[in-house]
Amino acid sequence: MGLISGLFWLAVAVVLGLAAGWVFRVVVIAASPKPIARELRTAPLTASFGMLVILIYILVAVFAPLVAPFPETEVVGTEYQPWDDVHILGTDNLGRDMLSRLIFAARNTVGIAFITTALAFILGTMTGLLAASVGGWVDQVLSRTVDVLMAIPALIFALLLLTIVGTSIVNMILVIALIDSTRVFRLARAVAMNIVVMDYVEAARLRGEGLLRLNIREILPNAMAPLVAEFGLRFCFVFLMISALSFLGLGIQPPTADWGSMVKDNATLISFGDITPLLPAGAIALLTVCVNFVVDWQLHRASGLKE
Amino acid sequence: MQDANDILLSIKGLRIEGRTDEEWLDIVKGVDLELRKGEVLGLIGESGAGKSTIGLAAMGFARDGCRISGGEITFDGIDMRAASEATKRGLRGRRIAYVAQSAAASFNPAHKLIDQYSEGPVKHGVMSRSEAESDATDLYRRMQLPEPDSIGFRFPHQVSGGQLQRAMTAMAMACRPDLIIFDEPTTALDVTTQIEVLAAIRDIVEQFDTAALYITHDLAVVAQMADRIKVLLKGEEVEESDTRSMLANPTQDYTKSLWAVRTHARPEQPPVVEGKPVLSIRNVTAGYGSVDVLKDVSFDIHPRRTVAVVGESGSGKSTTARVITGLLPPRRGEVLFNGEALPPDFRRRSRDQLRQAQMIYQIADTALNPKLKIRELVGRPAQMYLGLRGKALEERIRELLSLIEMDPDDYIDRLPSELSGGQKQRIGIARALAAEPQFIICDEVTSALDQLVAEGILKLLDRLQGEFDLAYMFITHDLATVKAIADEVVVMKDGVVVEMGPKSEMFQPPHDPYTELLLSSVPEMDPDWLTGLLEARTTAANG
Repeated sequence: MGLISGLFWLAVAVVLGLAAGWVFRVVVIAASPKPIARELRTAPLTASFGMLVILIYILVAVFAPLVAPFPETEVVGTEYQPWDDVHILGTDNLGRDMLSRLIFAARNTVGIAFITTALAFILGTMTGLLAASVGGWVDQVLSRTVDVLMAIPALIFALLLLTIVGTSIVNMILVIALIDSTRVFRLARAVAMNIVVMDYVEAARLRGEGLLRLNIREILPNAMAPLVAEFGLRFCFVFLMISALSFLGLGIQPPTADWGSMVKDNATLISFGDITPLLPAGAIALLTVCVNFVVDWQLHRASGLKE
Repeated sequence: MQDANDILLSIKGLRIEGRTDEEWLDIVKGVDLELRKGEVLGLIGESGAGKSTIGLAAMGFARDGCRISGGEITFDGIDMRAASEATKRGLRGRRIAYVAQSAAASFNPAHKLIDQYSEGPVKHGVMSRSEAESDATDLYRRMQLPEPDSIGFRFPHQVSGGQLQRAMTAMAMACRPDLIIFDEPTTALDVTTQIEVLAAIRDIVEQFDTAALYITHDLAVVAQMADRIKVLLKGEEVEESDTRSMLANPTQDYTKSLWAVRTHARPEQPPVVEGKPVLSIRNVTAGYGSVDVLKDVSFDIHPRRTVAVVGESGSGKSTTARVITGLLPPRRGEVLFNGEALPPDFRRRSRDQLRQAQMIYQIADTALNPKLKIRELVGRPAQMYLGLRGKALEERIRELLSLIEMDPDDYIDRLPSELSGGQKQRIGIARALAAEPQFIICDEVTSALDQLVAEGILKLLDRLQGEFDLAYMFITHDLATVKAIADEVVVMKDGVVVEMGPKSEMFQPPHDPYTELLLSSVPEMDPDWLTGLLEARTTAANG
């Protein structure tokens, strides 16, 4: 019976999710200007649901102090209180309100992940395009350096670098951005390689365009589709990496709330059959899945498949 | 002959739809077609006429994103629309075969020719593997491929384009099908190679009394191959009749306009005896790696003149253009512009030297950045070289668009993807003009376009030359284009200039043997041309 009712509720959740996605799509299409509405109409229900959830995450993160019932770091009760009317999701190992910390963590984890991914992309794309458009020894030096960096497993490399430079949020952002930019470099270089051989790039070179303009106006716009898709995927990986580092105690430091360390801090509750520590993990999982729904849609569009 | 049982393929009221983003659009709008056993029907029309789509539909097949939405397709009594996949699979390759435009792209590069030949007959259980191999050798011999006994054991990249196209025709013949669909089999080939392939195809189709649908946009080619011709326009039939009467007196205006295309020609301007050439190439030798692609090439281009550089692929035409633009610095020799030597590498040329020599590319799709609007595509050279800004720039862009006969208000904010092929090529021209150059290289600018559109482009280039005193170097393999636009002609072969001179002399005998071969290989609108030419060549070879 447990399995059957579980499946039933899962089916209900999926249907409700897709229905919410559909409603969201209809509303947004009606509200947005024509060109955007036309793009949005091609979105499948999964992508609409994904966009809805991402939007909710963003709203929660931005308005965290207004949404959360209690402050982020204040001890407001005894340890490990069960779910009740005041503390809707109970309290954590120090007696802080679980729901409030979940909400503030959205701000910290998602915000940091976004900044890190953006940095990784700026760095990786710039070097990747440079390698492809200049070629020769510039390409060789950049590519071989990246090969060396990629040869070391990412998590271990991050732990190593963080022990050297010391743990702080800024350091963590920079270290993860550096490691992730190597992956972005690879993609950007590969995509740009196919573009630099096009006649329009040759025409621009013959016109006497400088390197900057060549890259920004001629190559980058044509490389955007795969890069945007990769941005979504990278964002998830960065996100998981930050959570992993926090879980290991090297990421976001207490008392700042973040989903990775919240799992670690409250892990003991699992032994008592309490699912509370799974909620931050669930928050990570849901966002990852939703980002990927949207990325899949974009990839599909970029690939130009009709079926 | 008019026996109803004779009919092999019959298509009635065929409708095919294709999907663009959200809606289904008609590609083929109710076409009827009948093909008797052993008959060759030519389907001609411009791109977008639905020729290839109809060809594939005859096999009961629709491309990705297309669907057959109405009509009947009956092949030898079998309803192809209702037939199961298994039935259709049994027919394809066995009784209906298909020869695609690009043999190079259609062969699997990882397998030998004879392995790919044998696959069909063995799969369909017509022959055993060893029978298929000896049969392949026999067909290769009939197709006049060199070394028929061993050529099958080569990989596709080890034989030339023309040979590959013949090998593919032989492969289509493997099961002795009743019907072969030829989809532009010679379009990608040079004129000299085209002759060999056309002769081989015609010969083999006659030998085995096979029916064929011959799809092409080239009238002169279809005149050699087909018993009857059907003209298509935008998915609808324009007219149909047997080849001779169609050529002699087409009834529809559209057909007449197709027939008349090759008539554009302008009077040749007198050769320049004195005066400085705008561009002169002196003893240029250039190449890639250790191979010399150009050997000691010299010629001059004078102001307001058009020099056509002609030759088959691999003759060094495009390499000459790369040397002039500075993409490929020559090993020896130099390029003079108005008497001054240009630096060999374009990176060392001054902005003004870059401005003076512009280029128009063969394929406008890849020559225009798909993410930039017309405004920027055309405006950028004017902004860069002439320092135009704001209002002045806007007005210049509008002026340029009017020059190429496109309405500025309508087009200035469009992307290249929102234009037709001919319009894209016009934007390429406007971009070259925006730099206000003295000299423009036109690299096969019309060869990717339909005949009617190409003619429009040639007329436009002609007019602009007069208005702006431009000198053109016109790279082409199409002699009809040369006739239409050139003042002087340079014939190249294997990186060497074989012959050069004013157009009028080039089209008059005596010729260099290679020029003679090139000239005689251009198909003419006469159904007996190929037969006559082959006979003449055989006599010459034997005599």
